[in-house]
Amino acid sequence: MKIHEYQAKELFRREGIPVPEGRVAETPAEARQIAEDLGGGPVVVKSQVLVGGRGKAGGVKLADGPDEARETAEAILGMKIKGLTVTRVLVTPAKDIAREFYLGIVQDRSRQRPVLMTSAAGGVDIEEVARTAPDQIVTTPIDPVLGLRPFQARQAAFHVAEGRTAAQMARIMVQLWNAYRRVDANLAEINPLIETPGGEVWAIDAKINFDDNGLARQPEIAGWRDPAESPPEENEARAAGLSFVKLAGNVGCLVNGAGLAMATMDLIQHFGGRPANFLDIGGSSSPDKVVTALDIITRDANVKAILFNIFGGITRCDDVARGIIEARRRADIAVPIVVRLVGTNEEEARDLLAETDLVPAATMDEAVQTAIRLAEGGAA
Amino acid sequence: MSIFVDRDTRLVVQGITGRDGGFHAEQMLAYGTRVVAGVTPGKGGQTALGLPVFDTVAAAARETGANASCIFVPAAAAADAVLEAVDAGLGTIVCITEGVPVADMNGVMPQVKAAGARLIGPNCPGLITPGQAKVGILPGGIVAPGRVGVVSRSGTLTYEVVWQLTQAGLGQSTCIGIGGDAVIGTNFIDCLAAFQADPETEAVVMIGEIGGTDEEEAADFIAANVNLPVVAFIAGRTAPPGKRMGHAGAIISGGAGTAAEKIAKLGEVGIPVATIPSRIVPELQKIYTPQA
Repeated sequence: MKIHEYQAKELFRREGIPVPEGRVAETPAEARQIAEDLGGGPVVVKSQVLVGGRGKAGGVKLADGPDEARETAEAILGMKIKGLTVTRVLVTPAKDIAREFYLGIVQDRSRQRPVLMTSAAGGVDIEEVARTAPDQIVTTPIDPVLGLRPFQARQAAFHVAEGRTAAQMARIMVQLWNAYRRVDANLAEINPLIETPGGEVWAIDAKINFDDNGLARQPEIAGWRDPAESPPEENEARAAGLSFVKLAGNVGCLVNGAGLAMATMDLIQHFGGRPANFLDIGGSSSPDKVVTALDIITRDANVKAILFNIFGGITRCDDVARGIIEARRRADIAVPIVVRLVGTNEEEARDLLAETDLVPAATMDEAVQTAIRLAEGGAA
Repeated sequence: MSIFVDRDTRLVVQGITGRDGGFHAEQMLAYGTRVVAGVTPGKGGQTALGLPVFDTVAAAARETGANASCIFVPAAAAADAVLEAVDAGLGTIVCITEGVPVADMNGVMPQVKAAGARLIGPNCPGLITPGQAKVGILPGGIVAPGRVGVVSRSGTLTYEVVWQLTQAGLGQSTCIGIGGDAVIGTNFIDCLAAFQADPETEAVVMIGEIGGTDEEEAADFIAANVNLPVVAFIAGRTAPPGKRMGHAGAIISGGAGTAAEKIAKLGEVGIPVATIPSRIVPELQKIYTPQA
């Protein structure tokens, strides 16, 4: 899960990280008022959308005083950035920049612990720096029990800066770690951390992404979820305990298990078809879950056929078949449904399906090819 | 003639009085696994499925001589359950639980390593040595004893592939699902090394997916250390970047962890990668014939 810059800045402030003041506006008039409250000087008006590259898209602009802040906010509000409409802008005092640094803490899968990344090349795409000039990034593994030790922070900070600036930076690194740890983040980033000509240090941008598995114990953060992060169908699926990703094709898929669901999606494309979604209905295929899943899938007008691919294993296939038949009865579905079931009692399941208009298939290849043909208007 | 679990496995089930723990403990017993005890704090002294239930793993290990554990506790308690099994001296710990926070696993792993224990999972289906022991939730009916080792990040996709192997007359030495999370106790390399060292395993099927670089690291490991025939499959060729595909670890982030990179790397070191699941068995048959 992601949160907005202004929310990440709030979490940083709680740890003592120097973040410029600022407030969120939803109208140009509010933006003007905030700029005035901030003293009437130059401000930055920043779109609050959950995608990167806001600056490049024209969603971050400098404004010289309250009147210009109003005009700038008018231009940015309502703008579309990577498909997301800007409904809020953060208005914050503009700072003079002498130098820009990058500080980030991210989960390192191979090391099985977080790492602090520090660079004097701030203000740019850090993944680009990692690709083109990896020697410009200092990587510091963080012991998950001891945490980021102050000496480690000093080593990294004095590698990219000096004097008072480096000392302040080292303090901010530990504060950044505290924020990361406290909220179950898997990324916490300040890009850039700036030094002003007068020697002040400020975090002028902020980004935090969360470990979805940690959200159960982070009720405040979970409450910050912006539904605009995902399509409405994905939010609805999540609430129903389904793992769903919307795609652009015409074959709707319901599969048990994430790996099999991915393989099914790949197989549809392998045989020249186009999947409409990824959907893992999870371990239990209760009729209620199947009904919700069918409802979400059939709302997509592009879907011309539906494919169930269920490897029951221990689950009894006749139970699953009854669930599908029950769900089929409760949901009004006009498109053909192909069902492939493997596991205990699969013959009984096929007998049950034979009495319905559901199209049975024995193998994954056969099921996928049948579903593609039906989606293209062919016969079963 | 197997890796990690066999006839000598003496298993304790943590969370045996829960719905999933109870159901799967029964399935494991029915398969012939030597389940010797259950653990549920506060229910010590009771019995479940005819087995003694203990309040702590330490007591269960002391009283029954258990040497392995299978964990079915809720996500919030899973890290503690693993640490408890480590503390009780159990050598093999299989954590089925899904949804364990990454920070918890970061903290657990150094303890597991320091104790020399083997943790499999979390968020995994467990493992099965056909005809000997099933630890976890893999269906016993789809496997057959034999000499192909199977290692996978998935659950049901593993079943799919194992079922195809069995139907083709290719039995398995051990089938292991290592789990779909970003931080797991046992990775591809650990399993490949164990299969290589196992005199009864003659070939390996490795099923990877998008996210992370474990498959790439496994490719290098195979090139340097494994002389068994290996066939791979990678799920998620058509996954969109930046989207979590069900598993917490299955995400292409910052352009890294794509199926294309993994397939290219495996190809570079000469490992055949099946294009679709039904090609896995034919690809394996090209390079491996079971000894009579």
